[in-house]
Amino acid sequence: MLTRTLLLGAASVLAMASFAHAETTLTIATVNNGDMVRMQKLTDDFSKKNPDIKLEWVTLEENVLRQRVTTDIATKGGQYDILTIGTYEVPIWAKQKWLLPLDGLGQAYDADDLLPAIKDAVSVDGKLYASPFYGESAMVMYRKDLAEKAGVTIPEKPTWDQIAEAAKKMTDKSTETYGICLRGKAGWGENMALLTAMANSFGARWFDEKWQPQFDQPEWKKALTFYVDLMKEAGPPGASSNGFNENLALFQTGKCGIWIDATVAASFVTNPKDSKVADKVGYALFPTGDAGPDNHGNWLWAWNLGIPAGTQKAEAAQKFVSWATDKAYTELVASKEGWANVPPGTRKSLYANPEYEKAAPFAKITLDAMNAANTSKPSVKPVPYTGGQFVAIPEFQGIGTAVGQQFSAALAGSVKVDQALTSAQQLTTREMTKGGYIK
Amino acid sequence: MARAISTRRKLTFSILGWAIGLLIFFPILWTFLTSFKTEGTAIATPPQFLFFDWTLENYHEVQARSNYMKHVTNSIVISVGSTLIGLALAIPAAWAMAFSPTKRTKDVLMWMLSTKMMPPVGVLVPLYLIFRDWGLLDTRLGLVAVLTMINLPIIVWMLYTYFKEIPGEILEAARMDGASLMKEIVYVLTPMAVPGIASTMLLNIILAWNEAFWTLNLSAANAAPLTAFIASYSSPEGLFWAKLSAASTMAIAPILIMGWFSQKQLVRGLTFGAVK
Repeated sequence: MLTRTLLLGAASVLAMASFAHAETTLTIATVNNGDMVRMQKLTDDFSKKNPDIKLEWVTLEENVLRQRVTTDIATKGGQYDILTIGTYEVPIWAKQKWLLPLDGLGQAYDADDLLPAIKDAVSVDGKLYASPFYGESAMVMYRKDLAEKAGVTIPEKPTWDQIAEAAKKMTDKSTETYGICLRGKAGWGENMALLTAMANSFGARWFDEKWQPQFDQPEWKKALTFYVDLMKEAGPPGASSNGFNENLALFQTGKCGIWIDATVAASFVTNPKDSKVADKVGYALFPTGDAGPDNHGNWLWAWNLGIPAGTQKAEAAQKFVSWATDKAYTELVASKEGWANVPPGTRKSLYANPEYEKAAPFAKITLDAMNAANTSKPSVKPVPYTGGQFVAIPEFQGIGTAVGQQFSAALAGSVKVDQALTSAQQLTTREMTKGGYIK
Repeated sequence: MARAISTRRKLTFSILGWAIGLLIFFPILWTFLTSFKTEGTAIATPPQFLFFDWTLENYHEVQARSNYMKHVTNSIVISVGSTLIGLALAIPAAWAMAFSPTKRTKDVLMWMLSTKMMPPVGVLVPLYLIFRDWGLLDTRLGLVAVLTMINLPIIVWMLYTYFKEIPGEILEAARMDGASLMKEIVYVLTPMAVPGIASTMLLNIILAWNEAFWTLNLSAANAAPLTAFIASYSSPEGLFWAKLSAASTMAIAPILIMGWFSQKQLVRGLTFGAVK
């Protein structure tokens, strides 16, 4: 009896001792993108180096995640220790003091190695508020075989007129081959990302220096008319409901001649496992228009890891952020999954690596596209905001989506271009007045 | 002759019934089929119905990436828990309204239902703050509490309509024999209303199982039910239909099987009253 009591006592002491060996659990909120999923699979490496830190993953659909994380961070709910956020949120949230500045990432992190455009996008007042996990700009992807068949060449720096001409010649509706696939689905991160970048290259801007919406200006009219006319003549049917994934599917199955979208698409369309056109893809920079040969739309996006100000585990969280975004992580992915699967678009050293260039034929053009983007001067005309394919103000999600609905309707043909622009002007003016921007 | 017409009519109704049934079932069938396709086949146009290379790859990947059992357990605890607590609260309430109605009973019922008319997002932030302060965020207890509350009006309404069908004289007789209020409800009313209570319970479990707004917004890692499991397979950049379909199939399988076995109860409960 006594022995049993003693044994029991010893066991419970042992149990308590193992509890006392404090384990920190980090809850990480993330989206379901290929690179993030890969990171989840590779966390054994992190656990080996940090046995006292446990990781819990919450993966959600992008819009659900945005809403969920915004609620939590705005109320200081403290549910997450690490957040996956876009370049749209970082400056806004940093100014609200919702994010911790990342000053404990360690020596190995090497912040100077980050691509300058990306580093700027996640910094406020020279301080890093999130660490980029992968980045992208936008570019032209086209079918070399179709271009040849149609007798057109697409230069490395095309203009919109050259793109339109090539697209029209590549279109063959009898074989369901459409010259151009562009986003049409309404949403600030869907069609408005493309149309804002496109408008930038046409010399348009969202707001003048006094925050007056500019949809009543000729540049917007020209850009939108060009887009609608081109899509009508050379685009696929039902384009007003196509987003990134729909166009990806069309392009991969050989139904598109030209697709202009995020650079990250290149790794999908060249993957022979899913793509029928893997060996036939050519690339070019985002087209230029009236804004001159240097304005390539200024599309720039990155998914970043940030740490909410409400967390109790900042130190452990910084350790993880550093692990997931430093140079060693790139090498870890390369050794396990090959260089082609390394998260792109964040570090200079990756693009200086000859092995990466060999494995990823789109490496150089991606880097060129990212270097061509300037988010602090998106339009040739002066603007009071930053952001390339979006406007970095909290109101933009709502306004961008509402304007996107008007433009999607114009593409579908249910309203005229002029009408869509007038409605966009009205609703944006109303929201900006309500937001206190227009006095 | 009369017999011939009735056969033809029967046939027409059978075909119509099957057609409508298949139409309603089609999305589930399509999800099920898509879950066995590769991502490439899933988006193929024209869509492929049965003749494609069937693969279990999606299920394999979903199993490897998510802790399915944790989400299932959470879903069961939340849906069954909220339903049982809801019934415990609603049976006495419905009893009072059905058997001793006052001038205002109808208004009370309408007022209860009106709480369902507000868009849930309207109370998200206040509720989130309460949950934060009480430490209920990402706990099953918190989700049980909130789902009990949001489904309570429906439970009360359903039970009220069933109870209305039971003659009050029987309860009076029980009272005459000296049954206390508690005994009256437990031994007389409840057994008579079993079909109604059962169907209310089943319907409510299904509602709670499928509730996505609150379960997504108030959970993170620990209490996340199957709704969060599904939401994790939609991707902004990259094809995901096949994997999402596999996740959806796994998420609805338990409730579908439960519904299949209890369909007799469900139908009996839903037509209770009307056939009398």
